[in-house]
Amino acid sequence: MSEFFAMGGYAWYVWGSYGVTFFCLFAEIFLLLKRSREAKE
Amino acid sequence: MRWFWYASPQTFFPLAGTIARWSGIAAAVLALVGLYIGFFVAPTDAQQGEAYRIIFIHVPAAWMSMFIYVVMAFWAGLGLALNTRLSGMMASALAPTGALFTFIALWTGALWGRPTWGTYWVWGDARLMSELILLFLYFGFMALHAAIEDPRRADRAAGLLALVGVVNVPIIYWSVKWWNTLHQGASVSLTAAPKMAATMLTGMLVMALAFWMYSIAAAMLRVRCIIRERGA
Amino acid sequence: MLAAARTLVCRDLRVALRRRSDVATALLFFVVVTSLFPLGIGAEPNQLRAIAPGVIWVAALLSSMLSLPRLFEADHADGTLEQMLLGAAPLGVTAAAKALAHWLVSGLPLALIAPLLALQYDLPAELYGVLVLSLLLGTPVLSLIGAIGAALTLGLRGGGVLLALLVLPLYAPVLIMGAGAVEMAAAGLGGHGQLLILGAMLIVAAAFAPWATAAALRIASE
Repeated sequence: MSEFFAMGGYAWYVWGSYGVTFFCLFAEIFLLLKRSREAKE
Repeated sequence: MRWFWYASPQTFFPLAGTIARWSGIAAAVLALVGLYIGFFVAPTDAQQGEAYRIIFIHVPAAWMSMFIYVVMAFWAGLGLALNTRLSGMMASALAPTGALFTFIALWTGALWGRPTWGTYWVWGDARLMSELILLFLYFGFMALHAAIEDPRRADRAAGLLALVGVVNVPIIYWSVKWWNTLHQGASVSLTAAPKMAATMLTGMLVMALAFWMYSIAAAMLRVRCIIRERGA
Repeated sequence: MLAAARTLVCRDLRVALRRRSDVATALLFFVVVTSLFPLGIGAEPNQLRAIAPGVIWVAALLSSMLSLPRLFEADHADGTLEQMLLGAAPLGVTAAAKALAHWLVSGLPLALIAPLLALQYDLPAELYGVLVLSLLLGTPVLSLIGAIGAALTLGLRGGGVLLALLVLPLYAPVLIMGAGAVEMAAAGLGGHGQLLILGAMLIVAAAFAPWATAAALRIASE
């Protein structure tokens, strides 16, 4: 398990990539849903 | 014809919602499958170790960044040619998602480059340069759109800009052939056999599909917001 | 049609020469910017020689861009633009004529004085030819593409900066090829490829940019 998170020593790079990516994608959807709710009024 | 019926923003609105829901679900499922393949099925790379796993995000994001720009230019062109409202709205709805994927491609590329080539960024590499310029093109589109008060004129002006900028997209694609530089040569070709293991390729393609479905969902959500906001 | 174009170019040139300070300002900007770089980077001759093509090209690019916001502004303000929109000459020809006038006043002088500035950087004299040729081929492209940007941002707040943001990404390939030609020649490899690509860019830009500019002018004038 810890081997998986270590990613052969490249943890920062791999999880830094995946982390930022999914954060961005979720943030975009969250902001869009928020905008949609506001536009309803 | 059914197509023209949906050209009205009012009638397209509910359809966009349906498309958004289904493509969103598809995106989630495909992403789970793709990530599973990427982390648990694809083997460790002989030279790059585990760092290469970034490829399952980086390459699909780069593909999407270019693909979205072309689609955006298509809708812009259609809007200018046929003078339809919805086409311009679609182009504007796509831009932020395209910019996001361009950023993700650049970010993940930098994090992939550091452990493998030893550097986050290289000036003078054609692919990196073109991707950065693509990001600026997206920003230019959004800035021009934001600077114009009238939404129709904004759609048209930004749309024209997108059409002018679309010349850049082929340059990115063929750049690796033109310049022999640091960026790894095209490993995925539609005609030649790919130079990577089949599982790696599958993982990348599944993630690419996931990102594609995601883009559709995001664009549909955004175009609904735009339709509501303009009261069209 | 050509007569109308010629008239327009002559008129623009006459207007530009009347406001000689504007023309001179762009040229002086070019000179000043290229002179600033050694102050910032240091006087190491090898380093200066290496950065010379890029610096001169960037400075030329920025100088050429300086006068773009004004390209259609005056005509838009006094109603001449509407006349052009309704006029007998195709709007694309009018746009091309304006871009040509812009180049004659900003791009061409830059290309011609570039060797003087290259002296500051101790660029070898045999490279002057490639430098001037690259600028002669590249600056018209900058004028043509810049005209599209000027038309798109006509009458908007944010004006010059927005124009720069729109147009600089489109300028990038020209810059890469232009500076690259000189750098290739400096390395002894000729630079012909880049010059040919610049020529191709010029042809494509001359063929398509005026029509894009015309479309942008129509959009801006509603």
